[in-house]
Amino acid sequence: MSCGGNCENCKGKEPTPEEKWREDFPVEWAADNYVTRRDFTRFLILTSGATFLGNGYFVAKNALTPRAESGPTVKIATLTELPIGGVKLFRYPTEADPAMLIRLAENRFVAFRQRCTHLSCPVHFNVEKTQLDCPCHNGTFDARTGRVLGGPPPRPLPRIALKLENGEIFAAGLASSDEAEG
Amino acid sequence: MMQSVFIVDPARCIGCQACVQACGECGTHRGVSMIHLEYLQREETVQTTPQVCMHCEEPTCARVCPADAIKQTPDGVVQTSLKPRCVGCSNCVLACPFGVPKYDAPVDQMMKCDMCYDRTSVGKKPMCATVCPSEALYFGPIDTWQKRRRGRAINEFRFGKQVVKTQVYLVLPDDKPERLEVGLVPLQNWIKKDKDNPR
Repeated sequence: MSCGGNCENCKGKEPTPEEKWREDFPVEWAADNYVTRRDFTRFLILTSGATFLGNGYFVAKNALTPRAESGPTVKIATLTELPIGGVKLFRYPTEADPAMLIRLAENRFVAFRQRCTHLSCPVHFNVEKTQLDCPCHNGTFDARTGRVLGGPPPRPLPRIALKLENGEIFAAGLASSDEAEG
Repeated sequence: MMQSVFIVDPARCIGCQACVQACGECGTHRGVSMIHLEYLQREETVQTTPQVCMHCEEPTCARVCPADAIKQTPDGVVQTSLKPRCVGCSNCVLACPFGVPKYDAPVDQMMKCDMCYDRTSVGKKPMCATVCPSEALYFGPIDTWQKRRRGRAINEFRFGKQVVKTQVYLVLPDDKPERLEVGLVPLQNWIKKDKDNPR
């Protein structure tokens, strides 16, 4: 049944076992859908190789590019401006990046970017538990370090390094969360 | 434009080997010539004939291929074996009634004429037909051929019980029938004769 069962002689007839076998291995180029093991293996190797190289490129790029930890030094508050447990919102390093300064104790200030690392909702300071809560999906961060305490956030909150000079508090670049507390 | 056909006229072959050289120059089969220049009866004559793939409508080579490596394109051209599939078993070499496929041991693959598919599929002549000085290999409209030539171009052959219809035509003298009986008929006669007169 080289016609594929479409010609007038073959219409409505059941294919014989010989013809059925031939359907799987057609002589016609167009009807050949068979993928050889070698072709399939080559496809697997090439696609997985490409994925591996692609991922490797991003890992290498990430490892080789220095992190943008420096930033402008900007005055954000005075030492006496905030009560203990108080929060001041500011924008750092650009106008599009909301951030928050928190006074945890007499001489202990911390600053974080306000965007939750999960889906960028603004986080709020919870004084009783000393943690930052994200209202969207109940993500919580440690207010002392920015470490994730629970919920869906995949990474700690980015910290902003602080500098104290002459009774004024300056934001002085982005710091990784595992650095010493400010 | 009228569809071009391939016509082989053995009587016009002068044995110059131009077709063999031209075929070998093609990069798609890496210098190996796919056309065979055969001597008919070398003891009696110097007559040669070029043998290209006849591109059967029901290609026996493809039918016997256990590796599903020989395919026929929608325009009826039977392609050479697919490299990833060919297992070099030579089934097609033995099965082809015209003796066209040849097993190429260095690459462990059967290779045969594919009517220069890269050329003919875009309307160009096959390499061999472009260089043949005597037009023993003709590629073009069949009307043009008929106007200029004597003889009858046939494309039906009978090998014993098997009738083979091909895309490539073979030229026979005018008085020959429309279908050529070859191969097994004389063999059967010979067997019969042998039975009648045991040695």
